[in-house]
Amino acid sequence: MSNEPAIDIRGVAKSFGPTTVLHDINLEVLDGEFFTMLGPSGSGKTTLLRMVAGFETPDRGEIRLHGDEVTQRPAHLRPVNTVFQDYALFPHMDVVTNVEYGLRVAGVKRGVRRERANAALAMVRLEGFSERRPAQLSGGQRQRVALARAIVNEPSVLLLDEPLGALDLKLRQEMQTELKAIQRRIGITFVYVTHDQEEAMAMSDRIAIMNQGVIEQVGTPREIYELPSTAFVASFIGTSNVIVRNGRTQSLRPERLRLLGAGTKVPEGSNAEAGTVTDVMYLGMMTRIFVHLDSGDDIVAVRTNDDSAGGATDVETGAHIVVAWRPEDAFALESELV
Amino acid sequence: MRRRLSRLGLWLWVWAVLFFLFAPIVTIILFGFDRSNVETWPIQHWTMHWYSVAWNDPQVRSAFVLSIKAAVAATVLSLLLGSLAAFGVHKARFFGRDSISLLLILPLALPGVITGVALNSAFQWTGITLSIWTIIVGHTTFCIVVIYNNVIARLRRTSNTLLEASADLGANTLQTFRLVTFPTIATALVSGALLAFALSFDEVIVTTFTAGAQNTLPIWIFGAIRLGQQLPEVNVVVTMVVILMFIPILIAARLTGTENFAPRVAAARKSD
Repeated sequence: MSNEPAIDIRGVAKSFGPTTVLHDINLEVLDGEFFTMLGPSGSGKTTLLRMVAGFETPDRGEIRLHGDEVTQRPAHLRPVNTVFQDYALFPHMDVVTNVEYGLRVAGVKRGVRRERANAALAMVRLEGFSERRPAQLSGGQRQRVALARAIVNEPSVLLLDEPLGALDLKLRQEMQTELKAIQRRIGITFVYVTHDQEEAMAMSDRIAIMNQGVIEQVGTPREIYELPSTAFVASFIGTSNVIVRNGRTQSLRPERLRLLGAGTKVPEGSNAEAGTVTDVMYLGMMTRIFVHLDSGDDIVAVRTNDDSAGGATDVETGAHIVVAWRPEDAFALESELV
Repeated sequence: MRRRLSRLGLWLWVWAVLFFLFAPIVTIILFGFDRSNVETWPIQHWTMHWYSVAWNDPQVRSAFVLSIKAAVAATVLSLLLGSLAAFGVHKARFFGRDSISLLLILPLALPGVITGVALNSAFQWTGITLSIWTIIVGHTTFCIVVIYNNVIARLRRTSNTLLEASADLGANTLQTFRLVTFPTIATALVSGALLAFALSFDEVIVTTFTAGAQNTLPIWIFGAIRLGQQLPEVNVVVTMVVILMFIPILIAARLTGTENFAPRVAAARKSD
């Protein structure tokens, strides 16, 4: 690993016509980390990724890869490879020819590149599929071919543009585990773009939360979940109750709230507010309880349905209860909720 | 029961339409084997005589050779110009792109008479002598459209990320063209070329205005029918042309898939 960050983005801005897609982005991705850019559609995450790949040029600012300035360098001269959302496999080539494409255009001899392509296919567990055409593969298999085709070139950075978007839930979860394992094994920096927060939490070393062309927060999954710095992050990652008390905007995670029957003693040092239960949703592993506080705020609390928790199951719609939380579980947010 | 009846009705209808379309062609083929100079049904004496007459007719031979030469040259020229135009219109973003796209397709919709007259007066005015080359230029005007349409349709269906993926994997523009773009449009080029060849080979109207002293095969047929002295020989020649034309059209249909093929042939035939 070098001391230079794998990717260094400084003051990058981009507009398409009258729409500004990225405002003054500054971002460092460390060598060897699994980094995710997470945000809703239109947040600019894909545009930023395409700039690193070389498909878009920023209006301002610069991009460095391991210290080399590449802002204006065409895509085919950059040491990065991309796994595309629609896989972009060449339909007229079989699997192994697809995988060895990068080595072929780089002039690697046939025997050598075949060997390396087969090794890459083995890594994504697709041995025995070399002769198939992309049209003869399932979505998950195409996904693996796209991955093999990218990593066979041993890029310094691998870019993944919502690669699991088209797969069903079960396959997606399997691939998440596998992607993470492959990244650890080959030690290449992964930059992953997704709008799926669970996916981001599951795989990433660090996450950048993007919204409307701005990076709202960068941090480990734990930091982002437990210490959201803006109202957007708090509400985008998991569920969050955003309330204003004493002029301060605060975020309360549903699982940190304790529901007490009216008249029960409030634990020492906790904040407590009275309210009425408006709805109870039984979800199997947990129960979601909607409460209308006397202060006027509507909040959500969550209880796991295990034996030890107790007390949660007897909550009924219309019941008057007390919601309690420890002061340290309420996080001040930088920006006001609009 | 009712479903079976309606299916039978449909089936009869299809055969009626097919009969309407192909009975005249079958008639011509049959009369090619009739010894008599006057076409009467039923055929009294079957013969291969007219085949040897047609085969040994120097006029038919030279017309046939001229038609082939013109069709091949027009096809090659159209392949070059039509695919380049398709690449240009597809890739570049410039003012008036849509108008140019329309102008490129227009010669196909334009009546052949107009194309023919326009070319004829242009040649007269510039002092170019009518020859095989003027026929080739005339045919190229509508053959370009077939190639252009085929190639641009394929390019539009080809995902742009394929080209990005190629660049991403380190291929330069030339490598991307050779390894990705060309293979994706290859079948479109072949089917377009076959269709262009077929269109050129049987073209009459534009040819009458652009041909010099020489006859192409369709022109010879047209003349022979008007004179009426060589009807059996015409029947034989037409039979041969039908067989020859059938092959490239079949191959072209196989390459593009029949659903896409039918409307495109229909559009192409409008100019005839």
